[in-house]
Amino acid sequence: MSLETFKNYSQEGRIVNIRLLLALVCMLLLTAVLISRLVYLQVDQHDDLATLSDENRIHLRPLPPTRGLIYDTHGELLAYNRPSFLLVVVPERVDSMDHTLAALQELIALDDSDIKKFRDRVRRRRPFEEVPLKYNLTEDEIARIAVNQFRLSGVEVSARLIRYYPFGKDFAHSVGYVGRINERELKSVDASRYSGTDTIGKIGLEKYYEPILMGKPGYQEVESNARGRVLRVLKEVPPEPGQNLDLYLDAELQEAAVKALGNKRGAVVAIDPQTGGVLALVSTPGFDPNLFVTGIDSPTYSALRDDINRPLYNRATLGEYPPASVLKPVMALALLENNIVTPSDRVFDPGFYRLPGNEHKYRNWKRQGHGWVNLKKAIVVSNDTYFYAQANKLGIDNMHSFVSRFGLGETSELDLGEVRPGLLPSRIWKKALYNQPWYPGETIIAIIGQGYMLSTPMQLAEAIMMIANRGKYIKPRLAKNEPLNDDSSDMSSNLVEKRPESRDVKLQNDAYWDLVIDALDDVVSDQTGTAYWRIGRKRKYDIAGKTGTAQVVSIPQGEKYDAEKLKEFQRDHSWFAGFAPTRNPKIVVAAILENNKGSANLVRDVMDAYLLRPGMMDDKKVAEKSDAVKSSQGENG
Amino acid sequence: MSQHDFLRQAESGHNLGQQTPLLTRWHIDPWLISLLLLLTGCGLFVLYSASDRNLSMVIRQAVYLGISFVVMIGIAQLSPRFLSRCSPWLYAAGVLMLVAVLVVGDGAKGAQRWLAFGSFRFQPSEVLKLVMPVVISAWVSRQVLPPGVKAVVVTLILIAMPVALIAKQPDLGTSLLVGASGVFVLLLAGLRKRVIFSAALAAIPALWVLWNYLMKAYQKQRVLTFLNPESDPWGSGWNIIQSKIAIGSGGVYGKGWLLGTQSHLDFLPESHTDFILAVLAEEFGLAGVLVLLTIYAFIIGRGVFIAMNAQTVFGRLLAGSITLTFFVYLFVNIGMVSGILPVVGVPLPLVSRGGTSLVTLMAGFGMLMSVHTHRNLLARG
Repeated sequence: MSLETFKNYSQEGRIVNIRLLLALVCMLLLTAVLISRLVYLQVDQHDDLATLSDENRIHLRPLPPTRGLIYDTHGELLAYNRPSFLLVVVPERVDSMDHTLAALQELIALDDSDIKKFRDRVRRRRPFEEVPLKYNLTEDEIARIAVNQFRLSGVEVSARLIRYYPFGKDFAHSVGYVGRINERELKSVDASRYSGTDTIGKIGLEKYYEPILMGKPGYQEVESNARGRVLRVLKEVPPEPGQNLDLYLDAELQEAAVKALGNKRGAVVAIDPQTGGVLALVSTPGFDPNLFVTGIDSPTYSALRDDINRPLYNRATLGEYPPASVLKPVMALALLENNIVTPSDRVFDPGFYRLPGNEHKYRNWKRQGHGWVNLKKAIVVSNDTYFYAQANKLGIDNMHSFVSRFGLGETSELDLGEVRPGLLPSRIWKKALYNQPWYPGETIIAIIGQGYMLSTPMQLAEAIMMIANRGKYIKPRLAKNEPLNDDSSDMSSNLVEKRPESRDVKLQNDAYWDLVIDALDDVVSDQTGTAYWRIGRKRKYDIAGKTGTAQVVSIPQGEKYDAEKLKEFQRDHSWFAGFAPTRNPKIVVAAILENNKGSANLVRDVMDAYLLRPGMMDDKKVAEKSDAVKSSQGENG
Repeated sequence: MSQHDFLRQAESGHNLGQQTPLLTRWHIDPWLISLLLLLTGCGLFVLYSASDRNLSMVIRQAVYLGISFVVMIGIAQLSPRFLSRCSPWLYAAGVLMLVAVLVVGDGAKGAQRWLAFGSFRFQPSEVLKLVMPVVISAWVSRQVLPPGVKAVVVTLILIAMPVALIAKQPDLGTSLLVGASGVFVLLLAGLRKRVIFSAALAAIPALWVLWNYLMKAYQKQRVLTFLNPESDPWGSGWNIIQSKIAIGSGGVYGKGWLLGTQSHLDFLPESHTDFILAVLAEEFGLAGVLVLLTIYAFIIGRGVFIAMNAQTVFGRLLAGSITLTFFVYLFVNIGMVSGILPVVGVPLPLVSRGGTSLVTLMAGFGMLMSVHTHRNLLARG
């Protein structure tokens, strides 16, 4: 208190006031900083931040298009979309994934594989994307989720269209299936088109016609809040549904082919030679394509992948087998066209053939031989010696150039992605692959369709179709729709550009066609024919065709060496390719049975199923045409 | 006392004629109360929008406002002399309450800040916001100014004790603000410039100690996020990013009242409390913010005027410290919302929702009124 008496109040008051003025200046300066900051944000940065604000609230929500339907030739649905309710989760909006999943497990049946698949999808999804957790919810499950919605943030029930294949495995290889898009596929397509779609065609027609089946997505501009709830739609552009596919495939015939194949490994291709339309395309064993639509679990997938019978493999267009004797009619035409033989030239068959100055015997399939054999007989009885004897007169170069005109060694122009070219050997090919010259002995094996030569059932069907059409090439097609041609990277359009000239085969003498077709008819109708006893004896219409027996050279890779199985897989494959009716071909069928006999019966069953339908054979036009064929034959003969 | 009353009345009578106006009789500063009513009125409008048209929240805030105005007027009735005399007791009571909080206090979110008497709960740290400037002003005004080394050291110890206790709750933001209100008194009292500069130099190692030993992980995270908000856009950076978007998208004239998408669609967090300025900036633009800042400027200007015209050194120091602290609230809040300061939980004074801070701030303005209206003819300490 004593100090107080010496205080100079006015002096002290002045000190405080000076400091107060200083403080005022500081406050003004700091306020200026604040104002300049606000001006910076609200004037300079306004445009950018306003855009960010709109990006916050306005979202483009893709509206996926409906995928085009796939019909068979009679309008039967082979693939359609059926509504399905599914449980989706947006991981960004889930507070705790473990808690949410545990809560969901109490409400609905969720097994570990569902959750495992879900977690896999979560790893591969885009941000804020709905991730499906369970498909095909029942009404009961939907109700239980709705009641508990309040404690399941980020969980929703969503209605989606799911692809469905009513015929199951029957069309697994031809129609194919859709499956979940993976990252690699997303890179190869326009990702924005798929932003609302989570499936894409994986194989078969679903893959080949993906561009037109897919359709064009629409979008909604929606305003949503910070939790992602959509508050209103600002703008909407509706999606354009994908085009439907109308196929040449005939569901009834396809089923008949599947039934005829039974539980054997094999393939059947049936084509209408007048249109090139593929009527049936079957590979057995098949698999249920519906398994793949919502994502197949890995045990099921590995079971399919590792199955010794290879159900996932489309034998009809990918399976490359030695064409064997089925190629003899084509080889016969090669001999005639290159003037190596005349129809009446004969060869004596003692049961084998020997190259001059060589001890090695090339054996006929019938050990005791066929005696004197001309060209027609060589086809009818499938004599090997006759062809051995002509092989090196024809030579590999002429053989290669002639046979390739029937599509061997070339990728089929079929509207399907899974096609293999087979193998038509040549000097150049062998030099490039093995750096070895071509040996005459190899020509001898090649002329009977063995050795290096490989062909798919589809290719043999096409080759036989060319004979049925007397050299006219008709492009095989599965779908009646306009061919895809917009995309320059498309395989088929490239092939068309590469081959501007007609693929038709013109012979110097049209009678050669008649000779070969007659021979093929005799294979079935003549008692000496290789298919007479099997299918020809009780035939209801004329069939022209050729048998074949492909020797299995190697055991399929990567399989268990079970003694029983080994034996089975070493047996020969049996081929049959032909057309009917002989004089007015309406169907061409090629079939193979792996390590099994009886493909001629198989072809006959398929032809019966097609030709013995009411109204198929007593067609007036058919009769007229058949007369015309006969009369023209008469003139030529 | 009767002599003082007589003198005051005589003075008033001399200036304002025969009749004593109501405002003067109740020690109310007409300028200050008008500006405060204007500001809080505007605040209610913004709150209505920020709360997404939650009328009951606005009414509750209005009730708090009413209470806080009553508290303000009540405080204004206490003379500065009385406050000065009470200050040792206030200080003792304040420190005791802070100790009590640490011993028996109620916790929330890992911090003990509340003291409960039956059903009545309050935060002693809020009380210290008022007690600190009173106590330090009273103490410093009894020293010879500018204060010597001994006086400064004692003052700093007086400041440090409650600050440390609040920091221990832990409530770093409040402890710093309370400490600042005390330090402001020292600065205003003419603390020598070389002391100020050496303190600034000493602050560098002090900050190092603070960062490494005193700050909790969440507090460090706030600072780190402030330095680089994009590093964690979905977590702690979200507030700053969304707040900047709200302010910037408002532009010069704003999106219109109730039309701010950032706040109404829930992108802006804490929109009715700490980040309410972003709502104002979004809906009323730069223009709206400048109007608001003008009102604040007048309030602060009035505060500085009152301080400079106070009769006693105690009055000048007290009014000056309260005004400066008010400005710090304002500056820290706007700085934080506009992204130039880290996110510390400081509300926009008198506008953000919340009863406690409202009452504390208005009580402060009550003291300003007290300083301005209790005038003696004899100027004394």
